[in-house]
Amino acid sequence: MDQGLGGLLRAVRLRHRRQVLLARAVHRRRHLAVVADRSAAIRPGDILGFLCVRNEAERLPFLLAHHRKLGVCHFLIVDNASTDGTCELLSAQTDVSLWQTGASYKASRFGMDWLTWLMLRHGHGHWCLTLDADEILIYPHWQTRSLRALTDWLDTQGQVGLGALTVDLYPQGPVSGYDDAGGDPLARLQWFDSGNYQVQVQPRMQNLWIQGGARARAFFADQPRRAPTLNKIPLVRWHWRYAYVNSTHALLPARLNRAYATDGGMLTSGVLLHTKFLPGIIDRSAEEKLRGEHFGDGAQYASYYDRLTADPVLHCAASTRYTGWRQLEALGLMSRGGWV
Amino acid sequence: MTLGVVMLCHTALDRAAQVARHWAVNGCPVVIHLDRRVPDSDQKALVAALADLPDIRFSPRVACEWGTFGLVEATILAATQMLADLPGVGHVYLASGSCLPIRRVSDLQDHLAAHPDTDFIESVTTADVGWTVGGLNKERFTLRFPFAWKRQRRLFDGYVTLQRLLRFQRRIPDGLVPHLGSQWWCLTRRSLTAILSHPDRGRIDRYFRRVWIPDESYFQTLIRQVGARVESRSLTLSKFDFQGRPHVFYDDHLHLLRHSPAYVARKIWPEADLLYRTFLSDEANSLPTPNAGKIDRLFAKAVERRTKGRPGLFMQSRFPAKGRGGNVSAAPYGIFAGFSALFDGFQPWLARANDARAHGHLFARDRVEFASNEAVFKGGLSDSAPLRDYNPRSFLTNLIWNTRGETQCFLFGPGDVQDIASFVATDPNARIFIISGAFAVPFWRSGLTVAEVRAHIARLQKVEADLLALLDQPETKAKVRVWTLAEFLENPAEPLEAIVDELNPRAPDRTGALPRILPLTGFGAFLQELRNQGMQPVLMGDFPADFDTSAESQPLSSPQKTG
Repeated sequence: MDQGLGGLLRAVRLRHRRQVLLARAVHRRRHLAVVADRSAAIRPGDILGFLCVRNEAERLPFLLAHHRKLGVCHFLIVDNASTDGTCELLSAQTDVSLWQTGASYKASRFGMDWLTWLMLRHGHGHWCLTLDADEILIYPHWQTRSLRALTDWLDTQGQVGLGALTVDLYPQGPVSGYDDAGGDPLARLQWFDSGNYQVQVQPRMQNLWIQGGARARAFFADQPRRAPTLNKIPLVRWHWRYAYVNSTHALLPARLNRAYATDGGMLTSGVLLHTKFLPGIIDRSAEEKLRGEHFGDGAQYASYYDRLTADPVLHCAASTRYTGWRQLEALGLMSRGGWV
Repeated sequence: MTLGVVMLCHTALDRAAQVARHWAVNGCPVVIHLDRRVPDSDQKALVAALADLPDIRFSPRVACEWGTFGLVEATILAATQMLADLPGVGHVYLASGSCLPIRRVSDLQDHLAAHPDTDFIESVTTADVGWTVGGLNKERFTLRFPFAWKRQRRLFDGYVTLQRLLRFQRRIPDGLVPHLGSQWWCLTRRSLTAILSHPDRGRIDRYFRRVWIPDESYFQTLIRQVGARVESRSLTLSKFDFQGRPHVFYDDHLHLLRHSPAYVARKIWPEADLLYRTFLSDEANSLPTPNAGKIDRLFAKAVERRTKGRPGLFMQSRFPAKGRGGNVSAAPYGIFAGFSALFDGFQPWLARANDARAHGHLFARDRVEFASNEAVFKGGLSDSAPLRDYNPRSFLTNLIWNTRGETQCFLFGPGDVQDIASFVATDPNARIFIISGAFAVPFWRSGLTVAEVRAHIARLQKVEADLLALLDQPETKAKVRVWTLAEFLENPAEPLEAIVDELNPRAPDRTGALPRILPLTGFGAFLQELRNQGMQPVLMGDFPADFDTSAESQPLSSPQKTG
């Protein structure tokens, strides 16, 4: 694959791209105004969480509690001009360092420039978990084994990152069907698509490209190529030289994208339970359509937003009710790999 | 005589202290060796934490880098101290800081008291050992290993390669027969004393300083020198992954560990509160009957999962390359081309006779024809043609994966989207049955004139010829049966029997009702008319122009019945 002159050229180009990403991140650090910097409390070996959020006051308490319990020691969060009290909520947490910015989310690579800076500055040598506010990481044995047990296992395996599939969870009826009072989103979003994920490898960076799930089925049946990317590598033993290229879907250097086995075996992987389809999505989609901050080519996704705003029903007879990680493993959506 | 425990510690010292206390309180004196690389402040804390227990001693410290002689040296130092200071010790148990006794200490003491002269140490000759990983087996003893495997991997590997290239061989000292085995042993005072006071020890130690991972071979080899009564098994449960790295036990292994016949387990996750709490409690544990097989199976399964995966599953952490299972689906499935054009009720027969799910044309151009015409099939597969065609391979492997336990069959033809053909051709699970040329029958039956359908038939014939050529390639792994239309009609019952043999060999009822073949009287003339108009129908075989199917228009009976 990476042989010959072509491979060399590609390596040089990717290296350049990574340097540009890092330079951008260093430059964009000026966007960030510190609200609460408690990063002095970070100890060597701590597992760190990175987030970029906007108006997520409802989801954050659960998100923080879940990942705190798994063993994230410190959260480094960028608040992109929230108006719903997110900032106050976060700055009150003793294990959160918070920065604020009013700059454009889209122009900052959907927040990745800011997070890359924070990771460059604080993440080096740590296992870093980068999430969206509507993602909940689970992995094999997560109820009984901490994230540190997992990262320790990955370290012994020489695995630098953990791959995780984003699984869209949805309610049984229309998405507006449940009251949106915060708390455990999994109590309300219990259904998912178990076996309609399309997998391919993108040759340039050797990363997987997985699409499918409920959103592809319900919203992108006519233009599947535009369906959301579901593969992520959210947990990485970070080095300041690393950079996420596109959300947490792909990384540079490209070797980090090999979070999958090509020899027929299986590596350990997890799942990001995606809690996007809470009732708030209806108003939010209307707003996002106007802001146009979420996709490179926003116009292409207008109908997607329209359908989200129209209170869709994602549940169908073929939907599966979520019961736990063992079920997801049996269905082949995550794997213990060799982890006993 | 009592049991003494040597503990080699380097991390999680609070847990090590807890375990040392447990041993000591239960009447086992302990000598702790602490890795030289551990900060002195941590040592002080450990010493202070155990200061109330006179039976816990600390040996002089050396650095214990993995794979080097330091570990053996540490063991020797601590064991020497134990034998010298504690004359009452009859057996010495070597453990690490992350070992945890998983049965009552008194059980172990009783066991050793019953076998006062037995050394429990795994000791296997290099020729017989099956668990070393990475090819270094005998070579552990015949090459030199001056570089640290963990820190200087390139130098390590390079130097090994160089020595192999130069055919360099160290001479194994006279009389030594290399043996390997688990690092964790339990030796009698007599054997241990004999090893430590071996007349040739200086020379032997010099030799072992350059042996790879000597902690798995030093005592294991020397025990064979001192004429001991060896029981070649370790009393410590430790499991390794397929690359030889130790597995860790967590809280959720409690049940498993209780089934182990071993007395001590390694390695224990330092945060496994439940394990430490349970096994270090004073309450007498009533243990279930040991079942080592259960543990072995679990770990063997993990190795299989890691190295072989689950065939037919393509996911986040498994995407095999082509030669490694990238073209294999999860289970056998049937593809049928041409059958539905000839038979009335072919799909129901297919489903019934093969105990299978019989889909329509899954790869039809306009939409996916699932068996019961569902809009969304099992697992959330959509009937959208664009979604399917975006990644046909994922579509098919998902379908087969989602329906494990139920054979899938579907119709295929030259009118369908053909992109999946290259995948199914190389998939050993594909069973492909083709009646070539049968695609023309519906055109004839449609009542359109030859002039109207000629171009269509010519195009589809080309498509089908391409498919047949693809299936004829040497790299084809699918099981393919092709009949020309003419061949097929000579005895239609036999191919149908062949299908059942292939897809449902244990079908209870072979002679059940076969589907009804549709009348073909006049089709021969239709083909002749095609020829007359300048198109050459070749895939149908040698189809007689005056073919009359009045006989075949009856329900078919199977050969057994007619014969």
